[in-house]
Amino acid sequence: MNNQMEGMTAMAEISANLLLIAFFLYLIATICFAVSVTGRKWRDKQGDVIGNRWGTVGYVFSILGFCFSVGYFITRWIAAGHVPVSNMFEYTTFLGTTLCLAFIILYGIYRTNVLGMFTMPIVLLVIAFASVFPTELEPLIPALQSNWLKIHVTTTALGQGILSIGFAAGLIYLIRTLDFTKRNKKVFWLEFIMYSLVSLVSFIIIRYAFELLQYQATFEYVNEAGESAEMTYNMPALLGPNEGTLLTNGMMEPLISMPAWLRSDDANTVIWSLGAGLIFYFLLRLVLRKPLGGAIQPLLRGISPDTVDEVSYRAIAIGFPVFTLGGLIFAMIWAQIAWTRFWGWDPKEVWALITFLFYAAYLHLRLSRGWHGERSAWLCVIGFVIIMFNLVFVNLVIAGLHSYA
Amino acid sequence: MEKQKCECGHLNPYGTHLCESCGKPLEEKDKNATMVDMRYDGVARRSQTYNKKIVDRIWNFFSSVKIGISIIILILVTSSIGTIFPQEMYIPSNVSAAQHYENEYGIAGQVYYTLGFHNLYGSWWYMALIASLGISLIIASLDRVVPLYRVLKHQRVSRNEGFLSRQRMFGVSHSEDPEQTMTDAKQFFARKKYNVREENGSLLAEKNRFTRWGPYINHIGLIVFLTGCMLRFFPGMYVDDLVWVREGETEVIPGTDGEYFIENDEFFVDLYDENDEVFGPAMQRASGQTVETYQTNAILYQREEGGTVGAEPDLNEVKSKEIEVNHPLRFNNFSLYQSDYKVNEFNKMSLSMTDRETDESIGTIEIDLFDPQAEYDLGDGYRVVIDSYFPNFEFDDEGEPSTVSDIPDNPAFIFQMFSPEHDEDGEYSFVGIQRNEDIFNENDYQMSFEGVETKDVTGLTVRKDLTLPFLIVGGSIFMIGLVQGSYWSHRRVWIRRFDNEVWIAGHTNKHWESLKKEFRALSKETKLDVPEDKQQLKEEEDEQSNGRDDGNGRN
Amino acid sequence: MSKKRKRLIMRSSILGVIAVALGYVFYTNFMSGQETDVHEGEVAPNFVLQNMDGEEVELEDLRGKGVFLNFWGTYCPPCEDEMPHMEKQYEKYKDRGVEILAVNVGESDLAVERFVNRYDLTFPVLLDENKDVLDHYGIGPLPSTFLIDEDGVVQRVLLGGMTEENIGEYMEEIEPS
Repeated sequence: MNNQMEGMTAMAEISANLLLIAFFLYLIATICFAVSVTGRKWRDKQGDVIGNRWGTVGYVFSILGFCFSVGYFITRWIAAGHVPVSNMFEYTTFLGTTLCLAFIILYGIYRTNVLGMFTMPIVLLVIAFASVFPTELEPLIPALQSNWLKIHVTTTALGQGILSIGFAAGLIYLIRTLDFTKRNKKVFWLEFIMYSLVSLVSFIIIRYAFELLQYQATFEYVNEAGESAEMTYNMPALLGPNEGTLLTNGMMEPLISMPAWLRSDDANTVIWSLGAGLIFYFLLRLVLRKPLGGAIQPLLRGISPDTVDEVSYRAIAIGFPVFTLGGLIFAMIWAQIAWTRFWGWDPKEVWALITFLFYAAYLHLRLSRGWHGERSAWLCVIGFVIIMFNLVFVNLVIAGLHSYA
Repeated sequence: MEKQKCECGHLNPYGTHLCESCGKPLEEKDKNATMVDMRYDGVARRSQTYNKKIVDRIWNFFSSVKIGISIIILILVTSSIGTIFPQEMYIPSNVSAAQHYENEYGIAGQVYYTLGFHNLYGSWWYMALIASLGISLIIASLDRVVPLYRVLKHQRVSRNEGFLSRQRMFGVSHSEDPEQTMTDAKQFFARKKYNVREENGSLLAEKNRFTRWGPYINHIGLIVFLTGCMLRFFPGMYVDDLVWVREGETEVIPGTDGEYFIENDEFFVDLYDENDEVFGPAMQRASGQTVETYQTNAILYQREEGGTVGAEPDLNEVKSKEIEVNHPLRFNNFSLYQSDYKVNEFNKMSLSMTDRETDESIGTIEIDLFDPQAEYDLGDGYRVVIDSYFPNFEFDDEGEPSTVSDIPDNPAFIFQMFSPEHDEDGEYSFVGIQRNEDIFNENDYQMSFEGVETKDVTGLTVRKDLTLPFLIVGGSIFMIGLVQGSYWSHRRVWIRRFDNEVWIAGHTNKHWESLKKEFRALSKETKLDVPEDKQQLKEEEDEQSNGRDDGNGRN
Repeated sequence: MSKKRKRLIMRSSILGVIAVALGYVFYTNFMSGQETDVHEGEVAPNFVLQNMDGEEVELEDLRGKGVFLNFWGTYCPPCEDEMPHMEKQYEKYKDRGVEILAVNVGESDLAVERFVNRYDLTFPVLLDENKDVLDHYGIGPLPSTFLIDEDGVVQRVLLGGMTEENIGEYMEEIEPS
C-alpha cells in the first residue's frame, strides 16, 4: 500500500518534469519560428531556403512539445486518478496544450511561419501563467466526480484554444497593416494590447523572482466582517490590507492601506505587474524608438494580409462549433446531472454564453455585413479578451459555482 | 413593385442583384464594379419588397441582420451586467435582498438593486430581448432561405459574361484545343468529387452545396431550443422543489400528487483523508477539509392504487438507490438530486426533574421533538406537563415567546412541574438552549438538561422537466447545422468556352486559399491558367501606394 | 395581387402565433403572481384527514355545505391573527350551512392542541401529517384559503391573511342557497 502511494507521487514528479521539457521545446519552437521569419531579410545573400527550413524545424519542435504536454497530462492523470483539469493550474496548462494543438492543425493547412512566431510565445505565456497557481494534486469535490468533467472541460479548452489562434492571426493582421507612423486610436489600442502582453510577462517574472527570494510578509488586518485576520504577501506590499500591521520583521511597510472589501494581496500583485509592465514597455520603446507594433511590422512585410485574415476566420470557424459543444451543450448536460438544472445563470455560464454570442455576432458581421480584414481582426482580439476574462477574472474574482479560489 | 426582366428572358423579383438565371448583374452599381457581391447569390431578400402594412413593417424590422446583430450585442452587454454582483438567487436568504446589496456593496449595490439588476435574467425586458432574438431568427432565416434555395436549386450552367468576369477568381486562357481542355477539366472535377454539369460549351462544377443550409438548420435548432425554454412556463411541464427527509423517515415527494414517497435509510458525508499521500499537501495548504461524498441511501415507494389523498397510504417499494451528487434517482420523468443536508438535527431531548435543594433527580423524561406528549408521569405524584412548545424559539415583535418554524432547531418549552408539594397548580419554568428560568415564583424543582439525540437530514431536489426533449432535439439540430455550415465550403467553378478562349471563374463561400489550391492543381493537369484573385491584386496595389506614402512621410 | 395577399396572411399568422405564445408566457410569468395547483372553478380534490379527536373527516361528505378550507401553521403570525376572527364568524355561519376545515401543515399534535386550546377554536382542525393534502393543493406561503361551494367547486383562492370583515363576506358567498 505504502509502496503504491510512493509510486503515485513519483508519477507526479515525472509529470512535472515532462511539462518542464515541453516548456523548453515550445521555447525552442518560438526561436525557430522567429528565425524563420526574421531570416527572410538575408534571403538575398543566403538564398530562399533558410526561412522555410527553420519554419519546418519550429513545427517539428511544436509537435514534440505537444507530445510532451500530452505526456504530462497522462502521467498527471495517472497520479491523481482523475483527469487533470480541475483547478486553475491544470486547466490553464491544458489550455496552453490545446492552443498548441490548434496551431499544429492550422499550420498544417496554411504553413505560415509567422503564425508560429506569434502562437508559440502565447503558449509559453499561458503555461508559465498556469505555474503561478498551486500545482499540488487536489482531490475532487463531489460535484466534479463525473465523466462529464473530462468531456466538458477538455472540449471547452480545445474550443478556446482554437479560437485563440484567431486572436494570434488577428494580431498579426493588425501589426501587418496598421500605419504606425501616425498617432491615432488604432495604434494606441494595438500598443495597449502589446503593453498587456508585456505586463503578463512582467507578472510571471516578478512572481518567480520573489519566489526565488522567498519573500514573505505577514500582516494582521481587519477583514470585511470586522474581525482580525492574517494575510501573507509574496511581494513587497505597495497596497496594504485594511488597518494592517506588519508582523514580519524587516519587510516593507505598505504605502497605502486598502478598504476591507478588496482582496488587497491580489490588488497588490496587479499593481506590481502593471507597474513593472509599464517600465518594461517604456524601456522597449526607448530601445526601439518606435511603437512595439511598428518595430515588429517590418518582419511581416512578406505576409499576405488576406491569408492571415483567412487563417483567423478559419480558426474561428473551426473553434466556434467546438467551443459551443463543450462550453454550452456539454456544460448544460452536466449541469442538469450535477446541479439539477441545465442552466442557472452562474457567472461562468453567463460568460460562456457571452463568448458564444460574441463569436456569433462576429460570424454574422463577417458573413452578412462584410466585415473582413481589419474590423474582423479587432473582433478576434476582443474575443480573446473575453475568453481570458472568463478564465482569469470570473474564476478568481467573481464568486460562483466555478470559482477555484 | 415591378419585376425586372433580364436580357436572358428571366423575370427577377424586385431587389435582385444578379439575375437568378444567368447571373448577369442587374443594378448599375454592380455593372460598374470589378467584383459582384455574391452574398445570398444576389437574390432579393423577401422583406425588401413591401413596406406598407404594419405587419410588413414588423416583419421587415425582424428580417434585418443588422437588427439581429444588435439584439445579440444587447443581450451580450446586459448579460455581463448581471455578473457584476451575485444574482438574488445566490445571496443568503436570511437578509432581505435590498439590505444584502446595500450592506455588501454599498452605494453601487443599492443602485444595482434599485435598477433591478439583482434579478436581471428573470426580468421582463431581458426575456423580451431573448424573445426578440427568437423572432429575428425565425423571420430573418425564412426570408433568406426560401429565395436562396430556389436560386441554388435552379442554377443555370451557362452564365453571363458579366457574371463570370466579375467573380473574385477569374481568368481567361487561350487553348488550341478547347474541347479537350473542357474534357480534362471535367474529369479533374469529377475526380475531386465535384458535381459536374455540362451544357453546350459551358461547365459548372459544384461541391458541398449542403453546407449553405447549415446556418438555417442551426437557426431551426435554436428556435426549437428557445421554444423548449418557453414551454417551461406552461402548467405541468416543470417541477422544482426540495424535500427534506430525516433518517429513517418517509416523506411524500412534492409534485407527484401524493403518488410517490421517499425514505431516507441513511445519510452521510465522507471526507478525504487529510494525510493522504497524493492529496494531503493540497488539503493542508488550503487548511480545510474536502468532502468526498454526500450520499443518501434512499428507497422509493409508490402509493397503492386508489385511496383518498391524506388517508394513511399503503406503499409499495419501487426501487432503492444510493443518491449522490452526479447520481440522481430517476423515476417516471422525475429526478431526485442530492443537493442539501443537515447533520445532527435535534430529534429527541432528555431532561430530568431535579429537586433543587437536594440536587436529587426525580426522574428523566425523553421528549420526541417532532411529537411531544402533553404529559409525562414520573410516579409518586411527580409529573411534567408541557404547557407550551416552541420548536424554533424566538421572541416575536411583542416580546412574546413564539416559534419561527416547526423545525426543532432551537427548541424551548414552558414546563409545568407537579410534585407532592405543588400538586394543585404546579411550578412553571421556561427551558430552552442555554436558558432555564423560573416563571412567577422561585421554584423548588427544575428541569435540567440531560442529553439530546440527533438525526441527519438529507435535502433532495425534486425535478421534473418535460421541456428537456425539446432542448435535446433543438441542441442536436443546432450542432448539426453548425458543423454542416462550418466544416465545409460551398465551391463553384464556372467554365465557358468562347471559340479559342476558355473563361474560368470560381466562387467559394469561404476559405479562398483552398479554392486556389484546387485551381493550381487544375492548371497542372489542363492547359488552363490559374485564375487571378482580384482581391489579392487589389490589396497589393493598395499596399504599393501606401508604401510610397510611407516613404514620403519618412523622408 | 393574390400572391401579395397570401404573403400577408402568411406573415400575419406567423407573427400571430409568436405573439400568442409569448403573450401567454409573459402573462403567466409576470402578471398572474403566485399560484396554487387548484384553481377557481375547479372541483376541489377530495381528501381524508383526521381531526384532533382522531376521527376521519372527508371533504366529499360535506357536499351541500359551503366549505371554508384554510391551511395554517402555529408559527405563522397572520394565521394566528385570523384564527379568532374565523372562530367568531364560524359561530354565526355554522348553522347556515358553512363549515370550516382548518388544515394544519403537519406540526406536532401537541403544538396544534395547545394552539387550539389557547384560542378556544370549535371548528374542525385537521392534521396533514405527511403534507399530502398540502402538496396536492400546491400550497406555497401560509395562510391560504379556498372557498368551496355546496357543489364542491372552488369559488375563490385567497392567499395571505384576512380581516374579520373579509371572512364574514367570504362565508356569505359560499352560504348554500
